[in-house]
Amino acid sequence: MSDLVLDCRAMRCPLPVIELAKRIDDVQPGDVVRVIADDPAAATDVPAWCRMRGHEYVGLGEPEQSAPSYLVRRQH
Amino acid sequence: MGARPGGHFDAASTEPLHPAAREVWNAAIDDGWADPARLYGAARRARVMLDNAREVVASLIDARPDEVSFTSSGTQAVHLGMLGALHARQRVGRHVVASAVEHSSVLHAANHHAGSEDDRELVPVDHHGRVDPDTFATAIRTDTALACLQTANHEVGTTQPLDQVAPACHDRGVPLFVDAAQSAGRTSIPAGWSVLAASAHKWGGPPGVGVLAVRRSTRWRSPLPEDEREGGRVPGFENLPGVLAAAAALHARTQESAALHERHWSLIERIRTEIGTRVPDVQVTGHPTERLPHLVTFSCLYVNGEALVTELDRAGFAVSSGSSCTASTLQPSHVLEAMGALTHGNVRVSLSRATTDDDVERFLDVVPDVVTRLRTEAGMGGSSVE
Repeated sequence: MSDLVLDCRAMRCPLPVIELAKRIDDVQPGDVVRVIADDPAAATDVPAWCRMRGHEYVGLGEPEQSAPSYLVRRQH
Repeated sequence: MGARPGGHFDAASTEPLHPAAREVWNAAIDDGWADPARLYGAARRARVMLDNAREVVASLIDARPDEVSFTSSGTQAVHLGMLGALHARQRVGRHVVASAVEHSSVLHAANHHAGSEDDRELVPVDHHGRVDPDTFATAIRTDTALACLQTANHEVGTTQPLDQVAPACHDRGVPLFVDAAQSAGRTSIPAGWSVLAASAHKWGGPPGVGVLAVRRSTRWRSPLPEDEREGGRVPGFENLPGVLAAAAALHARTQESAALHERHWSLIERIRTEIGTRVPDVQVTGHPTERLPHLVTFSCLYVNGEALVTELDRAGFAVSSGSSCTASTLQPSHVLEAMGALTHGNVRVSLSRATTDDDVERFLDVVPDVVTRLRTEAGMGGSSVE
């Protein structure tokens, strides 16, 4: 379940994280953003961004075809 | 464009030749050309020079001369050291234990040897990049043929708890391979290794020389065809001028190491504390105190690592990066991944003996401007965007 889906396929680091930072305010605190990203750096950088910015990294979401996705809950 | 000598902030990759090494190298090209395995005058002189270099290096790494062999690189020392130790313990098993943040040459040698995933166990690290000694010891099985742990990490500078891991390996009768490439010549070699590898060009020696040391009490069998050179451990004609220069550089660096250690430690401390106050949204990685004196790594949120390296080069600073966009494979650094650290916008600073206080101050002045510019170009100009 997610409240916003960001399709960041074919984006290289740090673009998926920049997209996430720009769009997180589009959802309410408590809502979940699903980031689809095939750049291998996203697996480390999405959770790291959550720690640095004080949001919750929920975990892996459903993959979109071969691309993994990452779930982030807006905290504030 | 390009870095001045003091702006070479990539000593962890390599350093310029130490002046003491240059002198010896030049002399050895004329005096040390003969085959040290032969019996005529010039050859005997070459043998004496090679033996002297071996004694110098052995004494500086707390080894016996007959335990030390010279290889053609640090990578070759790692490969031969690991594969020879594994070859000698085939009857025990194939299992290899290594930290998840070892140098790629160690991980590649472990993969080369391992028949399956089950033959290789990578011990995780904490967010500073350090293994837990108990977790490391628990990974050792009855069929473990070799354990591998670096003295210090090449990307984030964190030192590993060898003082606790070495006795645990010894108690279990498992040889310990130690990659000392980042610390040799800078800090003393920790005790307890069975097999040790190091690389001369990282301490100001010439390229093309590595050091492989195998304890007399450690079983080791060459994984390669038989060759009598270097105690039967390293095949091929010795690079005598290079070896002599490497020994001279290690001797000189060890003499300087106390003073350099103090200077580098405080300069890195300055970068560690200042960078976060001058640049918003920066993550400084690596252990704050259990670390190499000369190395620090930080990651800048929303910044492209390749662009950062290029812009810093333009400003006169040579740095490396663990960001995926700077790697030919487009994979981020396995070290930063294992630590859970931000991998983009990553910069590794490693100071050389030429670095001055002014170089570091100028670096601290330059980084905020470069990062702000790159963030603005990426549409992330205002800091603390959420």
